[in-house]
Amino acid sequence: MRYESPDTLEAAAKLLAAESGDARVLAGGTDLLVQIRSEILSPALVVDIKRISETRSIKEESGGFRIGAAVAGAELKEHPTLKKVWPGLVEAANLIGSTQVQGRCSLGGNLCNGSPAADSVPAMIAAGAVATIVGPNGRRELKVEDIMLAPRKLALTKGEIIASFLLPKRPAHASDAYLRFIPRTEMDIAVVGCGVSLTLDGSGTCTAARVSLGAVAARPLLVEDAGKALVGTKVDDAALEKAAAAARAACKPIDDKRGTIEFRTDVAGVLTKRTALIALERARKA
Amino acid sequence: MKHKHHVTTTVNGDEVEYLCETDQTLLDCLRDELDLTGAKEGCASGDCGACSVLLDGRLVCACLVLGVEANGKKVETIEGMAQGEKLHPLQRKFLEHAALQCGICTPGVLVAAKSLLEKNPNPTETEVRYWLAGNLCRCTGYDKIIRAVMDAAAEMRGA
Repeated sequence: MRYESPDTLEAAAKLLAAESGDARVLAGGTDLLVQIRSEILSPALVVDIKRISETRSIKEESGGFRIGAAVAGAELKEHPTLKKVWPGLVEAANLIGSTQVQGRCSLGGNLCNGSPAADSVPAMIAAGAVATIVGPNGRRELKVEDIMLAPRKLALTKGEIIASFLLPKRPAHASDAYLRFIPRTEMDIAVVGCGVSLTLDGSGTCTAARVSLGAVAARPLLVEDAGKALVGTKVDDAALEKAAAAARAACKPIDDKRGTIEFRTDVAGVLTKRTALIALERARKA
Repeated sequence: MKHKHHVTTTVNGDEVEYLCETDQTLLDCLRDELDLTGAKEGCASGDCGACSVLLDGRLVCACLVLGVEANGKKVETIEGMAQGEKLHPLQRKFLEHAALQCGICTPGVLVAAKSLLEKNPNPTETEVRYWLAGNLCRCTGYDKIIRAVMDAAAEMRGA
């Protein structure tokens, strides 16, 4: 196994593209190193992207935030303004693993690990985050909901790396939230995860809403009908019930030791309502 | 012969060098190349926290860091905690409260607790419990650990 730590995204993409064997990007390593140690993966090349400044910084851009793909969860939490504007995204990222894992795990890694239960991914989808991808043929942008296709399967081609994510500018009275169900209080994998982002007008009517679910299908879902059920309403009980029904209808979960199909589908509806209410409360104050 | 990386890093304030292969973790390098065996391997998957160290001031699992990644960085381990014969207040309080039995988790818990108190000298019990959620202990039932950390924090604040 070779290790490289280039200074630029272009050099990293070139290294990954030129490797004939399995080549992997190393960000925080909290999934990759476990998979290498347990021999699930045996890459010929590991490219550490943490010496590349774009992957390691949080910057304000076009009124929004550009977050490097390898910024650690603990760094997201410590940022002076990010949590005020995107509390849901920060709380989702901070549900990944322990304090120790928080010191390393990243948004880029959480997405590219390709688990449908990744906590930060529904929050990024709800936020409308767009990834900047650098590959051997240059840069392109892709919405986060279009990146993961199936477990361990991404819409990235050979040599492509997620460099950063752009979170859009927030209007007044907009906020987000993330909730997940796990059978214990800390350090577990979501049985269902739900991210909601809402915008209200001056009178408290919802003008925009995005709802995303994790762990209820082969990939994290953007549930457009759930968002539509909230737009034009005061996010009252009737609207929440409609959004929950849309969330349940979008579920195509598996049965496993952590939850049955029936349980996951029901919880997706419950979490959609609860998460929307938290986002609503925050949006009123934002 | 496999290519080895020449790593120069600072461990507990001392500049050190080691040679490692890519697949050696920082934990492997500390234990096998530098003979610093305080950090333990419990799970090798980032779940148990027995290998907790600070990397550039950030609490991490040394089993989830490659040895080569430590190049040019600052590593702090349990071996740097006591000053000669003088124990750190956390170490003293762990003894007073009998906050350990078999001792395998203890170096990791102490390193993690020290990093908490450096960020937050006056944590609530809930904050201590959440901070240490990634440090598993199969002996104590945790209560004595939490009491020892709270007591050490109080002493360190001069309370």
